Amino acid sequence: MTGRFAARAAASAAVAAAHAAEVDRDARPPAEAIAALRENGLLAAAVPVALGGEGATLAELSEIATELGRACAATGMVFSMHQGQAMALWRHGGDSPAVAEAIAVVLAGGLMASSTTEKGGGGATGSSTCSVEPVDGGRVHLRKDSPVVSYATEAAAVLVTARRAPDAPASDQRLVVVPVADLTMTPTSEWDTLGFRGTNSRGYLLDAEVDAGLVLPEDYATISAHTIVPVSHVLWASTWLGIAASAADIARRAVRKQARTAIGTTPPAAVRLAELLVALQTMADSTRHAAARFDQIADDRDALGAVSYTLTANGLKIATSEAVVDIVTRALRIVGINAYRLDSDLSLGRHLRDAHGASMMISNERLLQTDAGFALLSGATL
Amino acid sequence: MDYPNHATPLTDDAVDQPGATAVAAAHDAVRRALSQYGGLTADASSVAPDADLYALGLTSHATVNVMLAIETELDVEFPDELLTRSTFETVGALVAAATAADR
Repeated sequence: MTGRFAARAAASAAVAAAHAAEVDRDARPPAEAIAALRENGLLAAAVPVALGGEGATLAELSEIATELGRACAATGMVFSMHQGQAMALWRHGGDSPAVAEAIAVVLAGGLMASSTTEKGGGGATGSSTCSVEPVDGGRVHLRKDSPVVSYATEAAAVLVTARRAPDAPASDQRLVVVPVADLTMTPTSEWDTLGFRGTNSRGYLLDAEVDAGLVLPEDYATISAHTIVPVSHVLWASTWLGIAASAADIARRAVRKQARTAIGTTPPAAVRLAELLVALQTMADSTRHAAARFDQIADDRDALGAVSYTLTANGLKIATSEAVVDIVTRALRIVGINAYRLDSDLSLGRHLRDAHGASMMISNERLLQTDAGFALLSGATL
Repeated sequence: MDYPNHATPLTDDAVDQPGATAVAAAHDAVRRALSQYGGLTADASSVAPDADLYALGLTSHATVNVMLAIETELDVEFPDELLTRSTFETVGALVAAATAADR
């Protein structure tokens, strides 16, 4: 990677790589890597220049996420989820002083977590049972049984969806910024999964009372479509691209080893490696294109709100979540037994487990059900 | 010897620089690899350290085998950033790359 964030991304990735095996083994948050991202200003990178930040584009964040994903996929996922939430603050936060304070927290390196699903909701993000309840003194109360909150123990604030008011319909949601100081979190479940173990996405009962100014003024459906979905899908894809690229590097090392034993003859596995690179390049091109496309239309509300744009954002997520499994599997076959072993320096065990998480975290099936309705309205963006 | 002992000028932290023995070994390995796999129109053992190897018939396909042979003999791996056309352009550049590669 090149550009103004390259050195800082590399430094953070080096820290992430050093702790990746332990983070994976213990299913604990990548605290050291998060600290490195904070020290390197990468958690605040996207804050607009006008607000004192560096105004990183999604294209730049995408490259950072890939660097992190190569080193430690869980770190890449934390970085990615944080950016989508943080960007909601200045893109949809209006002019409330309380939101300005939250942006200052991001600028200082605070990590933004999220709670967008609810127990019993089957993973749906577009409706809530819990609601924002006004209480005395310009504050609101909120209580939510959340099955998944990633890296909650590391966060400065959790962005929580809830119905706008106690009498609002399930789909009329708002996003509430809840600083951890105003939040009681009671763990309700552990996080012991095949992959992405370091995201530490445990369940919590959330109970909060916050300044009413921390309820973002726009409806959540808009925030989700204009910012959180496109940003998180692009950055997840970028992280998975890192997993795939790392697997390809391991495959190349193995094939080069084979080639050294009979210099002058191309080993058969080299053709498989060339094939793998075709798939990897396609994945990279579609991911980077999607990042650049968002940057082009970032302030165009009509374009962001179009059904066709939701289809492209979901399409990228679905395609890259399948591509990463395909590419890591190809790498596994190329390397053979040393990739299958857990005790080899060519092991692809963590890559394979993480790769399968890509189609689980927001299930592809659920996205396709959303797309199924939209597909009747719009074609692909060519 | 008719080639520079060091890819970069010696500095106070000379400890980090490749030693003369390593450079001599790399030099021998580079010339042997070129003579075996380079397909050069000239004798690889006497080619000037700054002579353009591509002008002497080196092809991009041959560079792969030259690299593999150097890696095998020295038990090193060329990092991606060194796998450029200029790395293979001269004997001197190859020696510098081989000594910089991770052991």
